[in-house]
Amino acid sequence: MSEQDVLNPEQMPHDPEKATLEGKNKFMGFWFFLGGETVLFASLFGTYLALKDSTNGGSTSEELFGLELVFIMTMLLLTSSLTSVYAMYHMKNHDFKKMQIWLGITVVLGLGFLGCEIYEFYHYIHGEHFTMRSSAFGSAFYTLVGFHGGHVVFGLLWITALMIRNAKRGLNLYNAPKFYVASLYWHFIDVVWVFIFTVVYLMGVL
Amino acid sequence: MSTMVATNKKGFGATLWDYLTTVDHKKIAILYLVAGGFFFIIGGLEALAIRWQLVKPMNDFVSAGFYNELITMHGTTMIFLAAMPLIFAFMNAVVPLQIGARDVAFPFLNSLGFWLFLFGGIMLNVGWFTGGAADAGWTAYAPLSTTSLGEGVDYYVLGLQISGAGTLIGGINFLVTIVNMRAPGMTYMRMPLFTWTAFVASALILFAFPALTVGLFLMMFDRLFGAGFFDPAMGGNSVIWQHLFWIFGHPEVYILALPAFGIFSEIISTFSKKRLFGYTAMVFATVLIGFLGFMVWAHHMFTVGMGPAANSIFAVATMAIAVPTGIKIFNWLFTLWGGNIQINTPMLWALGFIPTFTLGGMTGVMVAAASADFQYHDTYFVVAHFHYVIVGGVVFALLAGTHYWWPKMFGTVLDDKLGKVTFWLFFVGFHLTFFIQHFLGLMGMPRRYWVYLEGQGLDLGNLISTIGAFLMGIGTIVLLINIIKTSVKNEKVSGDPWDARTLEWAIPSPPPFYNFKQLPLVRGLDPLWVEKTEGRKGMTPAEPLTDIHMPNNSFLPFVMSLGLFIAGFGFIYQKYDLSWLIVLFIGMGITLGCMLIRSVKDDLGYHIHKEDLKKEAEE
Repeated sequence: MSEQDVLNPEQMPHDPEKATLEGKNKFMGFWFFLGGETVLFASLFGTYLALKDSTNGGSTSEELFGLELVFIMTMLLLTSSLTSVYAMYHMKNHDFKKMQIWLGITVVLGLGFLGCEIYEFYHYIHGEHFTMRSSAFGSAFYTLVGFHGGHVVFGLLWITALMIRNAKRGLNLYNAPKFYVASLYWHFIDVVWVFIFTVVYLMGVL
Repeated sequence: MSTMVATNKKGFGATLWDYLTTVDHKKIAILYLVAGGFFFIIGGLEALAIRWQLVKPMNDFVSAGFYNELITMHGTTMIFLAAMPLIFAFMNAVVPLQIGARDVAFPFLNSLGFWLFLFGGIMLNVGWFTGGAADAGWTAYAPLSTTSLGEGVDYYVLGLQISGAGTLIGGINFLVTIVNMRAPGMTYMRMPLFTWTAFVASALILFAFPALTVGLFLMMFDRLFGAGFFDPAMGGNSVIWQHLFWIFGHPEVYILALPAFGIFSEIISTFSKKRLFGYTAMVFATVLIGFLGFMVWAHHMFTVGMGPAANSIFAVATMAIAVPTGIKIFNWLFTLWGGNIQINTPMLWALGFIPTFTLGGMTGVMVAAASADFQYHDTYFVVAHFHYVIVGGVVFALLAGTHYWWPKMFGTVLDDKLGKVTFWLFFVGFHLTFFIQHFLGLMGMPRRYWVYLEGQGLDLGNLISTIGAFLMGIGTIVLLINIIKTSVKNEKVSGDPWDARTLEWAIPSPPPFYNFKQLPLVRGLDPLWVEKTEGRKGMTPAEPLTDIHMPNNSFLPFVMSLGLFIAGFGFIYQKYDLSWLIVLFIGMGITLGCMLIRSVKDDLGYHIHKEDLKKEAEE
């Protein structure tokens, strides 16, 4: 396939993200990467479960966590996963404009989630004097939830960079895989959050 | 024409730039071979220093503190900076050729993986020059590692983190390459065994390394940012480190050993002039070892106090691995049986490997018996066991592979006489060094002690062990002389000097940068041999001569890795002075900036036109 066909295909195929060998490779490589990420988060969850009651006489999870803010965060992130599905739906129908709009909404929802998380951490640190150095529980909490938050930041920067870079030229067979794996990444972040919600917050207050 | 540049003579600067920016798997293989070989020599010198310290009772060749640094850096260097990259060297050099591909799936990431490994390896060794390298053992058990003074362990943590990221990237790359890039007709059950083992090892890398990543992050947070994961005073638990380390560490043994098995399978089959006996069983055994490799990590922790139930389960799971490994040993023997055996250097290594590795496996079952392990634990018996496995299995394979694939990588054959000298020196030296250590261990000599007392029956054993180590050193020097001699002579050989069976021997040595002019049609296991038995000289092409798509070179992987290297210093020294955070931000800025450039700048590669390919063929 020549460069012209990749950048300006005469006809977009139904699955533009897998139309080229490079796209197929990227698609599969990213799934493998997410497999590795799963082990990464599994290790962090294991560490958290081992240390969640080691509060060293400091704040416990019952004292710290409330479900109201976490509920809002969960809704924001779950919805953002849905909107990224819409974006990929429009990508498959080759409607670049609508894809950009839905990706934009995804980013806004992600920013909302991030804002809540920053507020939450700020509140714990300055309101409750609960930091990474307070106890093993504090270390495990900030590391697990912080790793997830770091993934959210990276995902937002990534999707935004893709949107800006391709705003003028639209969809082609070169950037379709990029959009697609970025949305896969976003789903993965969402799945991890479901586990954090359950293991950290629900199990923390119940 | 860009396509013809590769064949022209180039100056030193141009060659250097070519290697700094290359994305060609064959050149990256050479980079891995050189860097891995360099670290192998460093690690070997550290080993000789250890053995010299132990040559006589109460020796004072090195101080106790320096001895701790030597054992730590010897283990870490040999595993992460010598064995792993040398395995990657052969995976890069051979796997794409064996499956009939023109390159790996992600050439850019391939380059990134190498540079991350190299900068991580340098980072690990920086500690030597800043007041002491890591000194908590290669396993870096907490709380010894979290309370170790100075920055040695910090360099260990940051260095392994950077080079580990490179390994993970490499693993994903080979998984996708093997799944997506096989030539027409190259089904899974026709893949050469080295490719199969590389495939399973890559899967192990993918699922094992993230556990180390997390372990290293936790240790970094403990040491540098005041967290308390492993600090009982803060409610932490130091056994978590052991679990995370061995969840990575045990699969790591198979990440090294499986490709070693693959190398020997190729060599034994080639030089017995027989197809591998029980190919299907070999593949099955490889996958089974890979799977079981994740179930046994706690056999390193029998004495921690996990209780009899956990110890029993892990003991049984560990012994189960002896079954697929035994299948492999028998299959190699049956491949030899009735074969037209040709004994040259690679084959000598293979023949030396089988009994040596079997001994390592035998002692493996012994230490797997949890109750008996309380006696063996932390003695020289364990040291002897894992050196029989890692040296007798992996290092033998790497040396065999060096002799076997040298012609494919460089177009010349290493001198067979010198090769045999290397083998005998190294083989005899190896057994002298480590066989006696079984008995030293059973007599109660603990590992990692820098001195031992006179009159305890340990003197003679240690002297013999040291003599053996120096024989191995001399063997390595002979290998280096061999390499220099062969390179100076520079006698070019054909594409198939061994009359071999697999696809990499169907193209010239060294292969053209696009590997296959036309992708080959694979019609069976040992595809080249299939063609030979039917009287053809080479492979039948599976496609007409068309334009070949090639990736562009890039300098970004080097700069990205350099950025993380710089950031590493910021991470470490901000513990003394927060103004070092600037260095951290500069380094991370360089890396993230390069990632942004990579993301937004189109890189579509280029094409070699078929007219040029035809012209080249006519020349």
